[in-house]
Amino acid sequence: MNTSVKQQPDVQKEESMVLQKAMISANFDALATAHEDGKKISSTFVPGNLNELLMCFDFVRNLPEINALQAAMRKKSGAYIMEAERSGQSEDVCTYVKSDLGMMAKGQVGPTGRPLPTPDLLLLSYTGCFTFMKWFELVRDQYDCETAMLHVPYQADGKITKNMRDFVVMQLKDHVIPTLERVSGVKFDIDRLRGYLKESAKAEEDLVWVLKSAKNRPSPIDAYFGGVYYCGPIFSAFRGSKGATDYYRALRNEVAERVDAGLGPLTPEGILENERIRLVVEGPPNWTHFRDFWKMFYDEGVVVVASSYTKVGGVYDYGFRHDPQHPLESLADYCLGCYTNHSLPARVDMLCGYMDEYQADGFLNNSIKSCNSFSAGQLLMLREIEERTGKPAGFIETDLVDPRYFSTANVKNRLESYFQMIEQKKARGGTRTAA
Amino acid sequence: MALEEIVQRCQDLYDDLDFEAVRRWKEAGENRKAIGHMPVYVPRELIHAAGMLPVGILGGGDQLDVIHGDAYYQSYICRIPRSTIELAVTNKLDCLDGMLFPSTCDVIRNLSGMWQLKFQDKLIRYFDVPQNFDLDVGGVFYTRELQSLRDSLAELAGREISDDDIRASIDLYNKNRQAIAELYAYRSAEPWQAPTPEVYLLMRAGMNLPVEEHTRLIHDYLRAAKEVDRPVRDNCRIVINGLFCEQPPLGLLKSIELAGCYVVDDDFMLVARWLLHDVPLDGDPIKRLSDAFITYSSETSCKYVPDKKLKGKFLIDSVRRNAAEGVIFASPSFCDPALLDRPMLQSALAAQGIPYTAFKFAENSGQMQPIREQAGTFADSIKLWSAA
Repeated sequence: MNTSVKQQPDVQKEESMVLQKAMISANFDALATAHEDGKKISSTFVPGNLNELLMCFDFVRNLPEINALQAAMRKKSGAYIMEAERSGQSEDVCTYVKSDLGMMAKGQVGPTGRPLPTPDLLLLSYTGCFTFMKWFELVRDQYDCETAMLHVPYQADGKITKNMRDFVVMQLKDHVIPTLERVSGVKFDIDRLRGYLKESAKAEEDLVWVLKSAKNRPSPIDAYFGGVYYCGPIFSAFRGSKGATDYYRALRNEVAERVDAGLGPLTPEGILENERIRLVVEGPPNWTHFRDFWKMFYDEGVVVVASSYTKVGGVYDYGFRHDPQHPLESLADYCLGCYTNHSLPARVDMLCGYMDEYQADGFLNNSIKSCNSFSAGQLLMLREIEERTGKPAGFIETDLVDPRYFSTANVKNRLESYFQMIEQKKARGGTRTAA
Repeated sequence: MALEEIVQRCQDLYDDLDFEAVRRWKEAGENRKAIGHMPVYVPRELIHAAGMLPVGILGGGDQLDVIHGDAYYQSYICRIPRSTIELAVTNKLDCLDGMLFPSTCDVIRNLSGMWQLKFQDKLIRYFDVPQNFDLDVGGVFYTRELQSLRDSLAELAGREISDDDIRASIDLYNKNRQAIAELYAYRSAEPWQAPTPEVYLLMRAGMNLPVEEHTRLIHDYLRAAKEVDRPVRDNCRIVINGLFCEQPPLGLLKSIELAGCYVVDDDFMLVARWLLHDVPLDGDPIKRLSDAFITYSSETSCKYVPDKKLKGKFLIDSVRRNAAEGVIFASPSFCDPALLDRPMLQSALAAQGIPYTAFKFAENSGQMQPIREQAGTFADSIKLWSAA
């Protein structure tokens, strides 16, 4: 089947999506002209990002993962990855890294076509993924700028210990904040940080309300494909800003309207009318074929009611909120609490909890070739979840931003078989299998 | 003991996938316990001080049929976790009373969670080491982590681990590090006398022998090696890099030497060489171990290099110190740390005019001919450049 010649219908969008698009474009514009405008640029990662802290020093924030996924959605990442491989990067390693390095090698033009100037600071908050550390060493190799490193310990036993929190706070006080002051020339003002954290907490409250709305039947949101849009501002350059607070209030209002009207989620082809199957999904999405991938679900009436990927830049649905009363400790807890910084047993518990709370019919694992942090151990997690919940689990493999690792026919075939299996189990009067 | 006997003993330990030596050690005393640890670094002194045997778990090598292990991992994950799981689910690791998983990479980190899910009756600890090398920041964190590990081991041992217990263990491991340093210096000076496959086996033996016995074995080997006269070949001198976690098949090391390369430094079994100097025996032993890690530890792809200008210096220093003529990067397939580090190290070497070559392997790689050809071509090119 040749989907590329198939005519795409007009994409349907809500006000919040338009708002978000404008925010992202404005940030890329701000990055493009930052140095002309006398501003400094920081590059930092999504999980464990210290956006509120960076705002205290007037940095314009650049997030390499966002650039990579935006490049993938615009079909540019494949060429970047091959460029990085030509320059000596292995075909085996993370494609976010290679997309970023390839983009730099090809002239450092951002996904919107505007230049991405050289950052003034690399803030490596090393949360939940070792590859981040190598990524920033590689990027540092190309730039002549300062690097601030924040090592965030792993929650191996499912809890944040005092030692972990103290360590992060000590690094913030002794290393990160002094470096931010030096590079930016702006003195740290803890009350300014408190103000941003207050905004963050408001946005987080609304985000959680939106994510939990998926407990309704029909779910008014898709918590994976739609969820990545919903998490965009809070995971990236906007958390703590008034713009993010307004975005999440607008989003909440839209979703509330859908709940009141008994409507399903908005897909690119309109409101999903017949919710047939409810899924919990583990793992990041594929970005190179994002729309085709989503269509494989909504064409079959499949809605994702909870996902782990929407927790990768912060887990808020278990009560954590940024706390202006304890600013640095709160930043530490945020960093320590990101999804991939949780142990496998904690991840299994979380996903089983979602299966139950969101009344899911099945559990699907989208295993990402590039991401060992997510992927290593997922097959055991899948078995555990299937065993504990008695609900059918499915497994597919794709990649983040490497188009060579998305096989449309294979993925579609596996998904269709999986959906049929769920339907059959439901038709037999329940989804619990024999222990 | 004759050289052949020593090497054969090490080979037997290497081939023993049922960890019989560990089982025998446990049976030889009452209530003895053994603690496994993955690469790259854990403070074995603490395990020893608890009266337990530290056992390095380095995967299943090329002699283990991985049947169950592959069902736990996707095709794009490296080999060491799948063969380690295979060892565990086939009860070959049932002699271990606990496992430590150091903060090496995402795969080893997540393996700790798999152990937590599957082997709940054992002591299982992820062992985090700091990537901040300020004594007052990373040092404080690490000291507390060491103390926490000490408490866990004491609980398992059913007795307190005193400061003097730790000092006694540090003393033994200092002696072991000195013996290893002597072995490496000897190989560097006369690599034909201490071929790398033998040095490798000797280092592997240290992964499941008591430290005192391993130290004696190294001294025995050095004595025996000096008594034999081996032919000097016209090989070039190389440093091999990338073997810090998943282990190469022994055939790979033999192939490299047969292809015309004397290995004069390497990065295997770094746990035994992580601390670069003796740990002082005075003062608070936990603090001493912590300070040693922070201020004079080895370098590998799993460790952050805070100063950009120093990236690659550790490797270059090794090349210079050992009068090496080039570097072979042997990286395990799908190893993010090694493969992402490699281009930066290559660039640092290139800036110094040090030749290098690179290939990938897996612990069960069977075809050595391409590696031999590549290493041989590299050796030839070094000789040609040297002649020019």
